[in-house]
Amino acid sequence: MIGLVSTFVGALLSVPVLRYILYPLTARSDESDWAEARFAASEIQMPLRLTLDLRQRDGWREVDSHPVVYILKTGDQFRAMSAICPHLGCTVSWDMGREQFVCPCHAGAFSPDGVNLSGPPPRPLDALETRMADGKLMVRYQNFRPDTRRKEATL
Amino acid sequence: LKGQVPASASNSKSDDGRAKSSSGARCWNWIDQRTGVDRILRHSLDEPIPGGARFAYVFGSALLFIFVSQVVTGICMALYYVPAPTIAHVSVDYIVKEVAAGSFLRGLHSYGSSAMIIVLLMHFAQTFFYGSYKGKREILWMSGVVLALLVFGMAFTGSLLPWDQKGFFAGSVGSDIVGQVPLIGEGLRLLLRGGARMGALTLSRFYVLHVFIFPAFVFFLAAIHIALFRKAGPAGPIHEDPVRPVLSAEAFYPRQVLIDMGFALLVMVVLGVLSHFVPIMLGPEANPADSAYLPRPEWYFLPMFQWLKYWEGELTVIGIFVIPSILLGLLFLMPFLDRGTERRPWRRLVPVGGLFIVLVGLLWLGMMSRRADSRDSAIAARIARQKQQEILYFHSPFQPNSASTFVAGDQNIGLDRTATGPVAAPILSDSSRSKASAIVPADRSVATSDRRMADLTNQGEKIYQSYGCDNCHGKGGAGTSQASSLIEIGRQLSASQLTSLLENPTDAMVAGGMPPVALNDNEWTPLVTFLRNLKRSGVEAGGNSTTPVPNPQ
Repeated sequence: MIGLVSTFVGALLSVPVLRYILYPLTARSDESDWAEARFAASEIQMPLRLTLDLRQRDGWREVDSHPVVYILKTGDQFRAMSAICPHLGCTVSWDMGREQFVCPCHAGAFSPDGVNLSGPPPRPLDALETRMADGKLMVRYQNFRPDTRRKEATL
Repeated sequence: LKGQVPASASNSKSDDGRAKSSSGARCWNWIDQRTGVDRILRHSLDEPIPGGARFAYVFGSALLFIFVSQVVTGICMALYYVPAPTIAHVSVDYIVKEVAAGSFLRGLHSYGSSAMIIVLLMHFAQTFFYGSYKGKREILWMSGVVLALLVFGMAFTGSLLPWDQKGFFAGSVGSDIVGQVPLIGEGLRLLLRGGARMGALTLSRFYVLHVFIFPAFVFFLAAIHIALFRKAGPAGPIHEDPVRPVLSAEAFYPRQVLIDMGFALLVMVVLGVLSHFVPIMLGPEANPADSAYLPRPEWYFLPMFQWLKYWEGELTVIGIFVIPSILLGLLFLMPFLDRGTERRPWRRLVPVGGLFIVLVGLLWLGMMSRRADSRDSAIAARIARQKQQEILYFHSPFQPNSASTFVAGDQNIGLDRTATGPVAAPILSDSSRSKASAIVPADRSVATSDRRMADLTNQGEKIYQSYGCDNCHGKGGAGTSQASSLIEIGRQLSASQLTSLLENPTDAMVAGGMPPVALNDNEWTPLVTFLRNLKRSGVEAGGNSTTPVPNPQ
């Protein structure tokens, strides 16, 4: 009887319940992922390590997040790279002795402009979109799928 | 089912010839030989009902049905709900305003509690007036009375959980009533609230009662209730002998099953339509300082609410405790008081008349309560305003909990929100969003105003970044998903404690990815000074976070 009843209730409720549970798959955030990369031109020693100030929705709360990015300058052009290792998402740091980016987790190494040199990372450090606005460098911070050859943005 | 049950009603062996002819029956046989499911099904479906199937018997299975729905929707609520005072309300707000089907499912759950009580009353009235507790059904009846109390307990504890004005004050009044029990009342009240006042512990306790303890008892007692019901068998119509049925019986399946299912479906459809077209409101967040708020309980507690108005001073205990206890005791012991096999209501005038008087009395009390509120124009206006505020709040856009109030665990904000009232909350969180540093009171920075201190802190911040501490502990020690916040760590650890902990992290810290820190001698003082001065926002801590942070080298 209990089985019968729960099957019945389950069948009736399944549509709203599934929509409710699967909400994170369908929720689209309208938040901006662009943040200003704040630095003074005089301070640039290559590569420049920065934290961005992003305000992100985390379920029912909003949090300040400060992802790490590296800014590169070639000529007059700025480029930005995510510090998230494309292998499994650890944060790479700059090893000043080796002049390489080194991932602390599985010892992947990257050249100063982000090319994967050795270790497990399947692709270079992920380049981030940039644009200039009112003389400020804006960086679009995105996350990318880990451990794939192709760079693919995720939600 | 229809085809399978009769097919397998005769046993598998004698059935072999036919079973081979259809793969469906063979499959059923295979399962049945291993599970005995056929016997279970027959046992539950072939139950004999003396006098045949009737609409009057639907309420018990409907209760079971609604309860299952409450469990399903309740688990759904728990998927997004958080039982903590500063967050509970915003998490329910999120469910209602953001999550797909959230308002609908909360509606089902909330209307479901009312449906439980209505159907419970019908089930109770039917069994009482039919004298169904007679004939060795004493324990069955008493387990039902306890189940009824648990249902009211579920309704009461559940109403506090959204932590809105209505639920908060209902919980406050309700736990005060518990405090009126002689001798142990005060202890009970403290226990229920987790302290003298309504607060964080109250919410946790109500949550645990609502989600773990009461449901566990309901599952347990409902199983007993059903088992005892099957043991005694249905009592049948009022002229049936409760011990040795004489009327010809009809099996539970198919007619009674269909009637039960039809009624349950009707209940669910009504609940669904209500939830969709008349959503359950969510009022502004609870504001304990709001002395103007007029608490009014859910409709099923209104008679009790009105009843308490008539009792004053030393007599209160009689109204709150003595009389309800006597009535409950009479109800509980009814099978022992109303003995004999006579079931026709008109031959049992004392119990039936007594219950009738109580039910009419409850109805009258409820109506008196409504009338008292509508007659006093000041009260009526205030209640109308409260309703209006609920509707306004319900239709206002969702406002996420601001990080600076959450990450920093800022009690000041919590107090401000409640002290200035929920209306001011969005404004407050807006301002705290744009200028996080404004939260830090001026006197906090006095200690760091010393120039040397500021220098050390700045140096320390550079060291903090150069060693990549912020990769995990976040900018300004705010914490990330990978490592905890270091804010206010100076309150917990002295400089020397912090130094030794950094040099020799605990096993737990190492397991979490924290390496031992090895610094040059002249780097320790600045780093520790910086860490111990981390305040609510990273902005304050370094004092220079508007300037960019250069790469270590």
